[in-house]
Amino acid sequence: MTATTTVEDVVDQPLGVYTRPTGGNGWRDWITTVDHKKIGILYGVAALFFFVVGGIEALLIRLQLATPNGTVLGADMYNQVFTMHGVTMIFLAAMPLSAAFANYLIPLQIGARDVAFPRLNALSFWAFLAGGIVLNLSWVMGGAPDGGWFGYAPNTGIVFSPSPGMDFYALGLQITGVASLMSSINLTVTVLNMRAPGMTLFRMPVFTWMMLVTQLLLVFAMPVIAVALFLLTFSRLFGARFFDPSVGGDALLWQHLFWIFGHPEVYILILPSFGIISEVIPTFSRKPIFGYPFMVFSGIAIGFMGWGVWAHHMFVSGIGPISVAAFSLSTMFIAVPTGVKILNWMATMWGGRIKFSAPMLFAVGVVSMFTIGGLSGVTHAISPADTQQTDTYYIVAHFHYVIFGGIVFGLFAGLYFWWPKVFGHMLSDGVGKVNFWVMLVGFNLTFGPMHVLGLQGMSRRIDSYSPGFGFELWNMVSTIGSFLIALSIAIFVVNVIMSAMKARGQAPCGPDPWDARSLEWLTPNPTPVHNFDEVPVVESLDEFWHRKYGTDDDGRVVRVASAEEVCEDGSAVGVHLPPPSFWPIVFASGLPFIALGLIFNLWLTVPGGLLVVMAIYAWIFEPVDDPDAAHGDHDDHEGDEAAADTIEEAPVV
Amino acid sequence: MSDTATSDHATTTGMTHNKLAMWVFLGSECLLFGALISTYLVYRGRFASGPAPGDIFDIPFTSVSSFVLLMSSLTMVLALSAIKRGDLRNNRLWLLTTALLGSLFIGGQVYEFTTFFREGLGYTTSPFSSAFFTLTGFHGVHVSLGIIMLMSMFISSLRGSLRKEHSETVEIIGLYWHFVDIVWIFIFTVIYLVPSPTS
Amino acid sequence: MSTTEITDRQDDVVHDDGHDHPSDSKYFQIALILAVLTALEVATYYVDIGSALIPVLMVMMVVKFFMVAAWFMHLRFDSSLFTKFFVGGLVLAVAVYVIALSAFEFWSKG
Repeated sequence: MTATTTVEDVVDQPLGVYTRPTGGNGWRDWITTVDHKKIGILYGVAALFFFVVGGIEALLIRLQLATPNGTVLGADMYNQVFTMHGVTMIFLAAMPLSAAFANYLIPLQIGARDVAFPRLNALSFWAFLAGGIVLNLSWVMGGAPDGGWFGYAPNTGIVFSPSPGMDFYALGLQITGVASLMSSINLTVTVLNMRAPGMTLFRMPVFTWMMLVTQLLLVFAMPVIAVALFLLTFSRLFGARFFDPSVGGDALLWQHLFWIFGHPEVYILILPSFGIISEVIPTFSRKPIFGYPFMVFSGIAIGFMGWGVWAHHMFVSGIGPISVAAFSLSTMFIAVPTGVKILNWMATMWGGRIKFSAPMLFAVGVVSMFTIGGLSGVTHAISPADTQQTDTYYIVAHFHYVIFGGIVFGLFAGLYFWWPKVFGHMLSDGVGKVNFWVMLVGFNLTFGPMHVLGLQGMSRRIDSYSPGFGFELWNMVSTIGSFLIALSIAIFVVNVIMSAMKARGQAPCGPDPWDARSLEWLTPNPTPVHNFDEVPVVESLDEFWHRKYGTDDDGRVVRVASAEEVCEDGSAVGVHLPPPSFWPIVFASGLPFIALGLIFNLWLTVPGGLLVVMAIYAWIFEPVDDPDAAHGDHDDHEGDEAAADTIEEAPVV
Repeated sequence: MSDTATSDHATTTGMTHNKLAMWVFLGSECLLFGALISTYLVYRGRFASGPAPGDIFDIPFTSVSSFVLLMSSLTMVLALSAIKRGDLRNNRLWLLTTALLGSLFIGGQVYEFTTFFREGLGYTTSPFSSAFFTLTGFHGVHVSLGIIMLMSMFISSLRGSLRKEHSETVEIIGLYWHFVDIVWIFIFTVIYLVPSPTS
Repeated sequence: MSTTEITDRQDDVVHDDGHDHPSDSKYFQIALILAVLTALEVATYYVDIGSALIPVLMVMMVVKFFMVAAWFMHLRFDSSLFTKFFVGGLVLAVAVYVIALSAFEFWSKG
């Protein structure tokens, strides 16, 4: 995949029990890697796996609801499946797939060799995976979570949810949350501190900007869900009375904490997709992005305002008329910066020479489908209307237009767009177009009818419905649509496999398959292990494009250099790279033991805790550099730095 | 120009990665403690049939332990100041003193918890008791982690691997320590000194 | 935050690094002020000052809080980007939780 032979001979020197980074792809290289590109690929593979798992759960839901009085799943199993569908899709598919793009692309787009804390980056991935495993272990260890992804108290308490499912939910999400927090601190520091010379903040690609806003939202939102999950964990495992109404516990406390996290989370999910299509649309419209500063500032504005709208999830929870009025207003206002973005994308396409390749189709899909979701969202902002819509399928329709229409389409645009960057070969564009159209039709068939069902009064989160309410037709249509979505995912998988087979034995695709604009395309495809041969000096926004194009005497844009002339050839040798480490995966492997120990038998936390403590100290005292490496004078310093980066992370654990 | 991926000599902002990361992390911690303190404030009047906060808090005792923690911030900056001068002996002395003051504070908290427990305030007594023990317990865990880090540095120093050029490590752990201290400044005033409901 | 700020700051930091930190005696002075403030805070437990109590306590708390942050955590001397992250988190936390608490305590009684 990322195999290169050019640097291998230089860096393949043994150090202690393992070797220096190589371009190899043995299992050992993957589990010890600290390379942001490999970690990005790991994130992507894990996220797509969980996406399929969550998709199967969705199909089960749709099968159950296809006909009245469905019997595919019982009521109890239905609760587990819809809870795990939400949890899996949000925390184990959408967030890590965004993290995959962030990890792979941020260093490349800012002209850096890696992230600020490479080992911490590896730990973030392995901890995320550990959390995902803990969550899914619940299926075979006493029952999956059944309180919904929102986990409303007191339904999640021992009384109403006696299986250990919600314990898995609380602890599994806690682990993925810590992983997200570490990753967000890491990437924030990377963007602020590791930009290439000349790469000022306002020369950064919109993708990197949106990712920076996303990371800042994560930095400040993850601790809130962490506290909410701690309260839930302590209530369930140690009998704390936070959510026990009989002694004055208040269920609204959970709702406030959950949605103070939960609404920024919505923007954590959508902003990466906005970033992706802000790269794709200019490239395929052959125009620079329209209103770059507005794109950046509207992204920042969304990030800020996302903190002031959480109670619109609680309009019918009895929060009082003043709260409802205030949050109603703030919710209407947040549509403004989002509208700015939609207009700017359309203005970017306006007058462009648009090429509808697969990535562009998915990007246009985002602009159109997300707008539908955004408009139905504005209807919830009007609280009297929301009182009618809440807890119906209208809400389900709305957030799937936002999450599927906005995020999944965007992530697929990114997959098709950057596939050659990552793997050195293109995905078939023809199959990609089929993929898009099947997905678009399936998506609208699945979620469009839910608007109708919701307005007809069909409740969400209910495992069955009786015949005679007029729900039959649209539920059946919706189920058929969901299988079309499944078909589109299958087409994607086939495309991946066939393209890889076709590419086998052939030279990598050219350096610049899309005539792209940003810095990551300066490196050859696939990206060599050391990224840039020479750290680029940046002179403008869309630096890569400006190196290819100039203006002639009449002021017309003309090509001044071919991609081959501009791109590096990846032949640099002796580039100093952070060496791999075992300790991130050792650290992460302790976490599931701690979680299972808290649920079943406290003794299990002992080996888990020992693994974590051992990994932390081994991490600090790990010889982090090859004494023979070229930059020996840095060794001491890097050791110290690495030590500090572990120590300061310790409190998070 | 540096070729290393992790070198901090050429950071864009001129600040090291570690220090920047610590500050971002502390910004994040504000939201964590904010949520715990809010939980306490919602529940401080909901003590069911158990003891009320106003009945049970021992202000003179907590004042002393708060003072101890406050002074540990002084010894922490003295440790940093010493290592910056290259005065490793005093650095060790102040690191150890800071850790001891922190331990004294934790000891006080253990004493406070056991006293409360004997007076009928268990973890599961009421929303107030759960929120109180969770908030102060989280703070205590933070202090304890700080003590572990201080002692790790102390031992490193004894072994000669914490030298003048590592003063930033001391500074960064110091930032964490001071942060934990200012959280307690907040908790001491808002939770203890502001008059609490009585039964 | 703008780009120019960051590049400007780069120069500050390079010159400041490690030299302008206060002396030990300054640290002792700060600690003394903090100790006196703490004593005053505790004194309110014994002396009844009526309705002034809570404002007075809050003012003293904020002063202590920012003295530790400014002097012991060196925010006065370090890059303002640190202050931005810390104060950003602080302001966000205060704003969000005050709104949430008011929604609990006051607004819901409408």
